[in-house]
Amino acid sequence: MPKTIRVLVAKPGLDGHDRGAKVIARALRDAGMEVIYTGLRQSPDDIVAAAIEEDVDAIGLSCLSGAHMTLFPRVVRLLRKKGASDIVVAGGGIIPPEDVPKLKKAGLRGVFGPGTSLAEIVGFFEKAAGRSR
Amino acid sequence: MTAARNNAAKLVTALRKGDKRAAAKLISMIEDDEPEAREVLRRIYRHTGKAHIIGLTGPPGAGKSTLISRMIKEFRGRGRKVGVVAVDPTSPFTGGAILGDRVRMADASLDPNVFIRSMATRGHPGGLALATFDAVHVLEAFGSEVVMVETVGAGQSEVEIAKRAHTTVVVEMAASGDAVQILKAGILEIGDVYVVNKADLEGAAGMVSNLEQVIPERTKGWRPPVLRSVASEGTGVKEIADALESHWRHLRKSGELAAREHARAETELRGALAEAALESLVSQRASERRLRAAIKRIVARTVDVRTAADELLRKPRG
Repeated sequence: MPKTIRVLVAKPGLDGHDRGAKVIARALRDAGMEVIYTGLRQSPDDIVAAAIEEDVDAIGLSCLSGAHMTLFPRVVRLLRKKGASDIVVAGGGIIPPEDVPKLKKAGLRGVFGPGTSLAEIVGFFEKAAGRSR
Repeated sequence: MTAARNNAAKLVTALRKGDKRAAAKLISMIEDDEPEAREVLRRIYRHTGKAHIIGLTGPPGAGKSTLISRMIKEFRGRGRKVGVVAVDPTSPFTGGAILGDRVRMADASLDPNVFIRSMATRGHPGGLALATFDAVHVLEAFGSEVVMVETVGAGQSEVEIAKRAHTTVVVEMAASGDAVQILKAGILEIGDVYVVNKADLEGAAGMVSNLEQVIPERTKGWRPPVLRSVASEGTGVKEIADALESHWRHLRKSGELAAREHARAETELRGALAEAALESLVSQRASERRLRAAIKRIVARTVDVRTAADELLRKPRG
């Protein structure tokens, strides 16, 4: 039996809209993954601490407030600092196309703007966890 | 295999130094039943047996996670190192799970003396995962002095927790059933401490008095208290922690702890023996080919399940 993929879905920052994050969480669940959902208004420190305790393969971040350029790279840097850079980080939300290359350069492996299909996101996490079935 | 053994040894050493990443990796190894898992459990077992293991069970939405997040703070305030294993159900259809108990425990993860782990049942019945108490062992070896185990939102018969924890807390909420619901057997018999949460809602007093009338004395000399709380506000949390510590003292002083440890060791040993015996017997007697043939006959109604099993076990490999 292949190892079960574990993904942390988190919302860094202050916006209170988690419909998107919940839709993603559910899609990943339906694809057979274990999704640790940590809810709203998490600091990058909270997210990284939870990801380490839960030993996840990947983190999916959702941010709709426009603070993604600050918050997403901070999660990547903190993971590196904690020696957990093997955990893949992806982010989604209202992200202008010109930010995508910058975020990728900052270490995000996937960046998903509005209109991305669920199948694409599920496929990304399956592959990112290195155990595409 | 030696590489695996070295890896396990290294992680256990780091675990004993309080390394969270090591604790997390070890729990995953056990959960995924990796080849190193047995070696890990062998190495950590002697570091277990000191922590107070508290099980919390009750219906979905009663407030178990919120209560635990308050209890974490309360026990930290009393200087204890705290571990939590929170179990949520796995989908029987996709194998996936949403583990959402951390939402209510969010502010605890930055404390080096708190470790929270979410766990999916992965098909195990009874409100726990197969690996739940092995994860508890890891947290004991990590140095946790109190380990709280949250079961899945339980119905009436998820009672396994009471056989494994030292102290079982049944969390109910105001107005969650009339006196007849409470009379039924099962979950309402297993508590060492009962909590009526959401006690600010109508019906709390009735729930408390109904419970007080029916709960049995589970162990000699310990009358399970029925406490009230409003976990979202932190009301009643101190009293609950006091009751838990008082039960822990009672277990140790009365000799009940030793008796339960014996009972638990016997159950676990018999379980492990039965599993190992079954595995070796089945692999000796029932080849894949014979199994397939028997399944066909069962479906065709030429033999019933029990007879087929008897035949497979009796006859030598064919």
